[in-house]
Amino acid sequence: MTDLVALSYGALRQKLLSKSVTVQDVVTQYVRRMAQTQPLNAFVTEYTDQALNQAAEADRRIQSGTARPLEGFPLAVKDNCCVEGMRTTASSKILENFIPPYTATVVKRLQDAGAIVLGKTNLDEFAMGSSTITSHFGPSINPWKIKGDTADLIPGGSSGGSSACVAGLSSLGALGTDTGGSIRQPAALCGVVGMKPTYGLCSRYGIIAFASSLDQAGPITRTVEDASLVLREMAGHDPKDSTSLVYTVPDYTKALGQSIKGMKVGIPKEYRPAGLNAEIAAWWDKTIQWMKDAGAEILDISLPHTKYALPAYYIIAPAEASSNLARYDGVRYGLRVPGGSLDDLYAKTRTEGFGDEVKRRILIGTYVLSSGKYEDYYLRAQRVRQRVTDDFTQAYKKVDVILAPTTANTAFKVGENITDPLAMYLQDVFTVSTNLAGLPAISVPVGLSNEGLPIGMQFIGPALQEERLFQFASVVEQAAQFKGIGQ
Amino acid sequence: MINTLITTATGDWEVIIGLEVHTQVKSKTKLFSGAATSFAAEPNTKVSLVDAAMPGMLPVLNEVCLEQAVKTGLALNAQINLYSVFDRKNYFYADLPQGYQISQFYHPIVGEGYLDIDLADETTKRVRIERIHLEQDAGKSIHDVHPDKSLIDLNRCGTALMEIVTKPDMRSADEAMDFVKKLRLILRYLGSSDANMDEGSLRADVNVSVHRPGTPFGTRAEIKNVNSIRFIGQAIDYEVNRQITLLESGGAIDQETRLFDASTVTTRSMRSKEDAPDYRYFPDPDLLPVMLTQDYVNEIKGGLPELPGQKRARFMKDYGLSLYDATVLVSDMETPLYYEAVVTHLAKKDGAKMASNWVSGELFALLKEHNLSIVDSPIGPQQLAGLLNLIGEGQISGRTAKDVLEDMWQSGKEASVIVSEKGLVQMSDAGELEGIIDKVLGDNPQMVEQYRSGKDKLFGFFVGQVMKVTGGKANPQMTNDILKKKL
Repeated sequence: MTDLVALSYGALRQKLLSKSVTVQDVVTQYVRRMAQTQPLNAFVTEYTDQALNQAAEADRRIQSGTARPLEGFPLAVKDNCCVEGMRTTASSKILENFIPPYTATVVKRLQDAGAIVLGKTNLDEFAMGSSTITSHFGPSINPWKIKGDTADLIPGGSSGGSSACVAGLSSLGALGTDTGGSIRQPAALCGVVGMKPTYGLCSRYGIIAFASSLDQAGPITRTVEDASLVLREMAGHDPKDSTSLVYTVPDYTKALGQSIKGMKVGIPKEYRPAGLNAEIAAWWDKTIQWMKDAGAEILDISLPHTKYALPAYYIIAPAEASSNLARYDGVRYGLRVPGGSLDDLYAKTRTEGFGDEVKRRILIGTYVLSSGKYEDYYLRAQRVRQRVTDDFTQAYKKVDVILAPTTANTAFKVGENITDPLAMYLQDVFTVSTNLAGLPAISVPVGLSNEGLPIGMQFIGPALQEERLFQFASVVEQAAQFKGIGQ
Repeated sequence: MINTLITTATGDWEVIIGLEVHTQVKSKTKLFSGAATSFAAEPNTKVSLVDAAMPGMLPVLNEVCLEQAVKTGLALNAQINLYSVFDRKNYFYADLPQGYQISQFYHPIVGEGYLDIDLADETTKRVRIERIHLEQDAGKSIHDVHPDKSLIDLNRCGTALMEIVTKPDMRSADEAMDFVKKLRLILRYLGSSDANMDEGSLRADVNVSVHRPGTPFGTRAEIKNVNSIRFIGQAIDYEVNRQITLLESGGAIDQETRLFDASTVTTRSMRSKEDAPDYRYFPDPDLLPVMLTQDYVNEIKGGLPELPGQKRARFMKDYGLSLYDATVLVSDMETPLYYEAVVTHLAKKDGAKMASNWVSGELFALLKEHNLSIVDSPIGPQQLAGLLNLIGEGQISGRTAKDVLEDMWQSGKEASVIVSEKGLVQMSDAGELEGIIDKVLGDNPQMVEQYRSGKDKLFGFFVGQVMKVTGGKANPQMTNDILKKKL
């Protein structure tokens, strides 16, 4: 039997429908691979028995000719997405033993479409981070290594476990969430595709909130086509989320392979600061050349408020987080450390339950919302957010998409950077603007650095232009012929 | 103008009162969750995942509550804000699962309006409304059931409240109580709240200060959570006394929050202004701003029921009632319905004034005696009209009618049946009455002599004698007329 874990869903589905392999074969191989890649620490909790049972059910459906759009699709779910009966921790001690009695809408839709959940993946605690280092369960490990070096590298974050398992072939696809780059950045560092949809395209119901006005779930896959297939099933209006858009989700696969001839690609000068990693700059230029080769027109554009985006993000996101995380108080569920009084119980529970990064952001968020600071910080950040959004609106009057690097550098070693939170925050510099503006963006692997580490480029589109992003991403995918692990 | 100044040995004091009335919005379900609203249900049986603030749960606005707030605003002659926003009020408490209350701080749904209250001298006084906003109620902490644990009941958690805030326009406890009474009546007429203080669905925070007339307002104390109209009056009286005594003895008023203790009829300090929590209000990112159209508001306006003030004016105009009588009739929901049903069944429309006297006089007395509300009256409006028609036709006297009413109450029989069974029909035959009167006068020649020589008071004696002979059935008007003629 060929190595089924290396196949895309498109290729796999043909084999499944022609009955040359079974879903049970597929899931069995993935379960084996999960065991082999245990050192990656990609999963917080594995649900392999349940997955095998569901595989049998999927095979019955295929036998009876009632296969659903994602029948037998092995899926990993970021551990901040609730799944009924499956432990959901947000990689935090405070939810270490939390088993939700409900399923996030995006997961439910994928399950209803036939996807099989293999397990829950590791993340930075409450998705606060860009490395998975802040996870209570320890960091995940990037399946890629520097050539000739055995040192463990971080997979990026916060959807580090999701990216690591997809890149490491221990899941076909994964759900991530992206608040400031948490899908795209780890996808780029792990050499996989990561799509952050338009804010409101995918329901947030059942997803443990970090920053409600920025959080958006999306797929992490090895191919652009798989991302388009997964997104199509998970997207769409949900009456249980007031911020969910009423929108008819198109068949994204139709955009794949469509010509981009005559379309305009914007290159924002603010994303090419002095001192940008030369290799990343070179791969950006190469990607621009692919665009030209495909007949697209390249335009230099400016997004003048880009430099204010990161500070604004680090006010808005912690502000919302400080309030969103108030519910973890030891009263109804999760960790409770008994105290002599109610305040004592809160203090002890939250001191023990939250890690340093989460505490840092709660403190920042509480500060910027406090009386006398609200106007100077929170409201000012909201005005910046509007300016950042306006920049994009202006740009899209001239161009169809914007092309920029996803990250400023390649994956770093476990243990680097951790001492300086500000250096870590700079990981988000190319990604946060998109979240502030609520726009869709997709990161695609374009090649390897000289050290042999993946580099990703992102396309940022106007709201609800996911189709266009898949169209451009598939052009790059064709041109790059990026070889992932096991390819 | 009623003098509301308080005069002590040192001079006059003016009392300034403002109210924040919290009233439960009438709705089958809570403000942001599908859970049923409840009173006296088993603890923690009316709690949804949203109410319990489970991870990943999101609020969805209940539009019925919105409509109720708009109705209330319109009834209070207030500005309806077409743009309003829900904010989070952040604080920790065991019965506040989210760690924040969703409220409207910066942009409430209803702006400025007013309510005119009636003063004892039949003038009115305008109390301005500052704003009305919607917010969630918290759950209930129960400290007195378990020796060393507090119990939490989340049934009430998430129930919709309206907070109706007045300007500091009231000048006495009476005015404040009258305001709440009138507000409560309007809420009930609207059906926007049951405004039932016993069930805790109406509570008020009372702001009280005193100052010398013609000088700036004094420092105010806020008395929290006063839950009956009587207590509002008592709390104000106590507080006014406390403040005046303190000021006259050279002390100063602290701006503070106080609690009213109903058992001792006193207020005591809860926290000072310095200890006031910083609620860190910010717009709830889980909810979109509420955008209403003027058409929507107009439609609600067109569907408003007749309000107490309008009904009273109509009763005065259509039925010739006095301000006092009409006020008594419209002071609850059911009496005006009953009254108008009586009027409908009157043979002569000029009996409406008499009907008002009978409803608020004899019938109310019976209801009070038997501790019944008017909807449970064994004498229905049609039956009462039957009795009044007998009076109107001269068949029975008012005095007899009172006995018949008692009989109707006991036996449930129609008035006409009782009158004919007991032979109570009034003697209205002029010839017959003349014969009886002649006999009475003939039997009392000395009295006749005295009367004719100027002792007018004896007229009553002759009426009494006629009634005695006829067993009270003589038509009183005819008796008077004939007696006068013959004497």
